[in-house]
Amino acid sequence: MNNKELMKHANEVRKMIIIGTHSAKAGHPGGSLSAADIFTFLYFEEMNIDPQDPANPDRDRFVLSKGHTAPGLYGAMAERGYFSKDEIPTLRHTGARLQGHPSMQYLPGIDMSSGSLGQGISAACGMALGAKLQNKDFRVYTLLGDGELEEGQVWEAAMFAGAKKLDNLVVIVDNNNLQIDGPISEVNNPYPIDKKFEAFNFHVININGNDFDEIRAAMKEARATKGMPTCIVAKTLKGKGVSFMENQVAWHGVAPNDEQFEIAMKDLERIGEEIG
Amino acid sequence: MADVKKIATRQSYGESLRDLAEQYPNLVVLDADLSNATKTGTFKKAYPDRFINCGIAEANMMSIAAGLSTTGLIPFASTFAMFASGRAYEQVRNSIGYPHLNVKIGATHAGISVGEDGASHQCLEDLALMRMIPGMVVMCPADDTEARMAIKAALDYVGPVYIRFGRAAVPVVFDENYKFEIGKGAILREGTDVTIVANGLCVASALEAADKLAADGISAEVINICTIKPLDDDLIVASAKKTGKVVTAEEHSIIGGLGGAVAECLAEKCPTPMYRIGVRDRFGESGPAAELLHKYMLDGEGVYRQVKEFVTK
Repeated sequence: MNNKELMKHANEVRKMIIIGTHSAKAGHPGGSLSAADIFTFLYFEEMNIDPQDPANPDRDRFVLSKGHTAPGLYGAMAERGYFSKDEIPTLRHTGARLQGHPSMQYLPGIDMSSGSLGQGISAACGMALGAKLQNKDFRVYTLLGDGELEEGQVWEAAMFAGAKKLDNLVVIVDNNNLQIDGPISEVNNPYPIDKKFEAFNFHVININGNDFDEIRAAMKEARATKGMPTCIVAKTLKGKGVSFMENQVAWHGVAPNDEQFEIAMKDLERIGEEIG
Repeated sequence: MADVKKIATRQSYGESLRDLAEQYPNLVVLDADLSNATKTGTFKKAYPDRFINCGIAEANMMSIAAGLSTTGLIPFASTFAMFASGRAYEQVRNSIGYPHLNVKIGATHAGISVGEDGASHQCLEDLALMRMIPGMVVMCPADDTEARMAIKAALDYVGPVYIRFGRAAVPVVFDENYKFEIGKGAILREGTDVTIVANGLCVASALEAADKLAADGISAEVINICTIKPLDDDLIVASAKKTGKVVTAEEHSIIGGLGGAVAECLAEKCPTPMYRIGVRDRFGESGPAAELLHKYMLDGEGVYRQVKEFVTK
């Protein structure tokens, strides 16, 4: 898929993030928007998946370790055809399949329930090991927040992935530099991220996570890497695409009100027109 | 009791995993650097390719097991009860329980019979913690026979299961004719004056106590409840109606485990005078297992004395 098409899809994903969180009057738009390009690339180009056959045992897996950015995942899944976009406004509503954090019990196509930080990367390691034990060639992708790296379990999992040489595992860090209490370097500095994963025997690639050429090149490099897992440290812009949310820590876990919703949607409509 | 065969249920655990491996090709075993103590080393020796050592990282191990299960494997995650239910509680809840994944947890070294290691390793809260997780099956086998049957039943059951095993050798109570079913208790001895509901090593203590009580003219009914959840309410209620007095006996805190479960059941369905034998809201301590079981009144003598006092007061 060419970059223009990917950008169009990503912009639709961003609209759904705004529509969902506005409707829910809650949720996490900032980190959903920063990772929208990564979600889009995974679901439209990288992963071997079929929305009509979400439980296929040979499919590639995705674990959203930073589960609070479910609106971004739901947006990508709806855009890809797992379910109707009409369902997006049910986000976080009572009885909805679109739970506040992803639940495989509620929504087909969710490969792992997540939300409690640090656990998703471990589950992804289990999936990758499961593939190896059964001589299957599916790949496993997991997306972590940079703040999430403060959870000790992340490094238990990283040690395990390196030790077991899980080269079918790709760990992506959405490095938007902001967590709920402020810049990650001020809360409890996880930098340098790349050197830490290198020390745990990962092949590490630093990219701009809002650039499809760089995402594509990194994913290709990950596929070519044998004998060790890959970590893609994706530098991103929190709140990307919505003027007043960009790089603003306040938009980590707050939903837009009606007025803000109008501005956000106009921003995204304009970006859509610019893409053409 | 000198001629009674004694086997630690952790021994049964390791051997069962090895013995069932061929019949269950999807079975894989995880441990956290304790394979010698949990006895999963027995499995590892026979099936090294299906054994995964996670190192000293129990939280990671539980979420790894969850991931493995989504690929069609049946993981048995093993460590001491303290770390399985305590340290990794939230991983068990959120990675395994919430998505209701087909993960089995083999928790050894439960209770004060861990002995010399002392309170930090003597888990007395695991049954309570695991019982609170929706959809979790929780079992505490009494002996070698029941442990083996519970492990096989867990492999046949689809969903999360927690099984508790002990470090110390305990008397073999059941023979191979014993019929085991998840969620079903068993009347081991009929009686009319008092019901003793027991699990784990307290089953042997309860049977010994029932003999002593009989000599005093007290007829005790002894019920084995291996599956604390789902609890065999019908069996317990029927016995409570018959005897009018119920005592629980377990190597666990009197809060939240078997005693808690039976109290909840009877309070709603058949209010009955009750006494809970167990560790009375305190931590354990170092010492040889037999001495601790005696001190905390969980051996045959201790159960006898407590039941007698409850019945005759």
